[in-house]
Amino acid sequence: MTRRRRRSVLILVCGVVLAAALGLVLSAMRDTIVFFRSPTEVASQKVAPGTRFRLGGLVEAGSLKREADGKVAFSVTDTGSTVAVRYRGLLPDLFREGQGVVTEGVLEPDGTFRADTVLAKHDETYMPREVADALKAQGRWQEGGAAAQGQPGQGQPGPVSRTAVK
Amino acid sequence: MDLNAYRKVALVLIEVGHYALALALALSLTQMVMPVWASRAGDPVLRGVAVPAALATFACIAFAFAALTYAHVTSDFSVQNVVENSHSMKPLIYKISGVWGNHEGSMMLWVLILALFGAVVALARNAVPPTLRANTLGVQAAITAVFLLFILTTSNPFARLNPAPMEGRDLNPLLQDPGLAIHPPLLYLGYVGFSITFAFAIAALIEGRIDAAWARAVRPWTLAAWCFLTVGIAMGSYWAYYELGWGGWWFWDPVENASLMPWLAGTALVHSTVVMEKRDALKVWTVLLAILTFSLSLLGTFLVRSGVLTSVHTFATDPARGTFILGILVLFIGGSLALYAWRAPTLRQGGLFAPISREGALVMNNLFLSAACATVLVGTLYPLALESLTGEKISVGPPFFNLTFLPLAVPLLLVVPFGQTLSWKRGDLAAASQRLFVGFALALAVTLIAIAVTWGGPVGAPLGIGLGAYLILGAALEIVTRAKGKTLSLSLRRAAGLPRSAWGTALAHAGVGVTVIGIAAQAWSVESLATLPRGGELRAGPYVAVLEGVLPRTGPNYTETVAHLTIREGGDPVGVLQPGKRFYASRNMSVSEAGLLTVGASQVYASVGETGADGSVGIRLYYKPLVLLIWLGAVVMALGGGLSLTDRRFRVGAPALKPAARDAAGPVPPHSVPAE
Repeated sequence: MTRRRRRSVLILVCGVVLAAALGLVLSAMRDTIVFFRSPTEVASQKVAPGTRFRLGGLVEAGSLKREADGKVAFSVTDTGSTVAVRYRGLLPDLFREGQGVVTEGVLEPDGTFRADTVLAKHDETYMPREVADALKAQGRWQEGGAAAQGQPGQGQPGPVSRTAVK
Repeated sequence: MDLNAYRKVALVLIEVGHYALALALALSLTQMVMPVWASRAGDPVLRGVAVPAALATFACIAFAFAALTYAHVTSDFSVQNVVENSHSMKPLIYKISGVWGNHEGSMMLWVLILALFGAVVALARNAVPPTLRANTLGVQAAITAVFLLFILTTSNPFARLNPAPMEGRDLNPLLQDPGLAIHPPLLYLGYVGFSITFAFAIAALIEGRIDAAWARAVRPWTLAAWCFLTVGIAMGSYWAYYELGWGGWWFWDPVENASLMPWLAGTALVHSTVVMEKRDALKVWTVLLAILTFSLSLLGTFLVRSGVLTSVHTFATDPARGTFILGILVLFIGGSLALYAWRAPTLRQGGLFAPISREGALVMNNLFLSAACATVLVGTLYPLALESLTGEKISVGPPFFNLTFLPLAVPLLLVVPFGQTLSWKRGDLAAASQRLFVGFALALAVTLIAIAVTWGGPVGAPLGIGLGAYLILGAALEIVTRAKGKTLSLSLRRAAGLPRSAWGTALAHAGVGVTVIGIAAQAWSVESLATLPRGGELRAGPYVAVLEGVLPRTGPNYTETVAHLTIREGGDPVGVLQPGKRFYASRNMSVSEAGLLTVGASQVYASVGETGADGSVGIRLYYKPLVLLIWLGAVVMALGGGLSLTDRRFRVGAPALKPAARDAAGPVPPHSVPAE
């Protein structure tokens, strides 16, 4: 093989592998990406049942109910709108009423959100960024002040647990 | 000095440390300018300044780091950094590791390791051309200077607090774990180690000269950084596995991806420098890869330190810091790529090779690793890009990476044993397949046995086990083929006489196989959860956990609720698990502590949830078959890298091997003689 032939073989193989990688990325992008929505967006956007997304906000005070066989029900609110959530499994360490939470799952036809994953923050003083943004959008957020719950940017921001109940 | 004088020095130690850090900045600026300028002017004396400057920079930073550590250990609450991250009741090990358990301290560790590498390059006795060494130290100093400037202007760990509080706010409880003492230093040794390779690449571009000697000078640094990064990532993974209490070992979290990307690029670099060293080919690509690897390390630092991500690793969110690091990123990545675009065309192209050859296989390795790295990069940055462009918030999770990363990783792993078997320049695919036939056959047998034993289980797992077995057998066959002689004793002598790099390669590739088996076996892991009353039972796989009771316990700076579980297998007790939930009053925060029982390479894993009013407790129980192989494989990979590092050819200039010892090693087949 001449130098030119060898080089063209090499370029061809590189092209094929890179094209394959690009194809994989694009197809995976279409199927696996999960959007974040606040309760207000869920209410206003008419999300189709069965769509998988992340719902984030505050756990509404007094909404947590424990049912038989480990099922729990609670409501997620951004003070503008509220979505009822059902979940089966152990709740994270810092899951508390009145505090920030991000859940992942699908919307049922009756409008409740069936979560298979609950992500809760791991620190008193920290609020998940998406939740803080959602509250800001509702005008219920005071920077560094006595906001309803949690004060991001103050003291020690701790980690959101990247943990999930499957 | 009498005792009082010591006390006086200790009182201002923090200020002296701060001053030492500023001094280090001045020294590194000197080290940055002098050698590069002197090399141009051809002044060997001035060029020599780089060596003492590098040593002095390291000494200053080490002193500053020691001063900060002293403040942490003695709980000096007049120092803000100590107040925010320490507590007088905290155990000593966490007082020390807590130094880097926060933003300022971890940046201090970063520059400490950066300066350490600079000092080691300055002292290293291997045969690096003096101009190349001087320019490399200059580039290294530029990186050190910029990061010192970052610490001094935006992240000062030496700030005092007046009045000093009586007690500190304690370290984030998640970080109060021996993992913090091990994981960040190892990871940084890897991350930052690639700065040397980067500095060598830039120095070569400045000089406009690059050859096999360059590759030989760079390779040990690349290998060492790669070994540290491998173990560092594995340690982080194991830490997340037992600390977070969810039994997962890899989450495709952006922060994990930030360390995986330089690892993938670094792995490619380790292989492409071999081609360059042995065959004088792939030069232009290797230089680019060296630049990209460290750029990805910098990108990782940016992602973690700037606070654009929210995760365990983001200690603070301060826009000034993010902007500064973004500036560093643009300066180094942009600058080095511009220099590359300008100078790379002047580099002479090297040796020719056929597509089917060792070089060709290593090109495939680089191609697949780069493509895999690119998919991880896209998956990590896409959510950030989308949010800043459209405001839409998305999460890219494990499904994305499983669909993109795995299809690229599997063909790469299939090629590995071939690459080892093919000869340089022009290989014979048929002969290679013949040599690997035994490996194929045995791996297939392993797969079939796995399918038969676990009939009805997940389909992918036995294939993964087979792939792992194929990698291990391929590595073993390579050694066997090269060492095989007429008699057993001759073969053994030959095997002992093989270059250490051959053994290192085989060991590292076998390590990949071990990790693959561990990962594949996780498809059989079992999870079960229940709220148990006292005496209640929970089953996971072959194991049954019985809740004996729940007891309170008091630690130095926390209170804990511990569940006592007896683990039984087929009715016989095999061990006790004591998962707990710790409450840290200083932070009003609770953290789960998993209970682990190791049986061979498998583990039984339990964590506790909420305790009910009636004394019942939520228990999550996992059976994780062969899970330890995941991290054991990484350790084997790093050992292989370390063994390669001790190869004769990297010790040129070091005391040579005695001639007698070489002769005793016996005759070596011709194709295994290193092409020196």
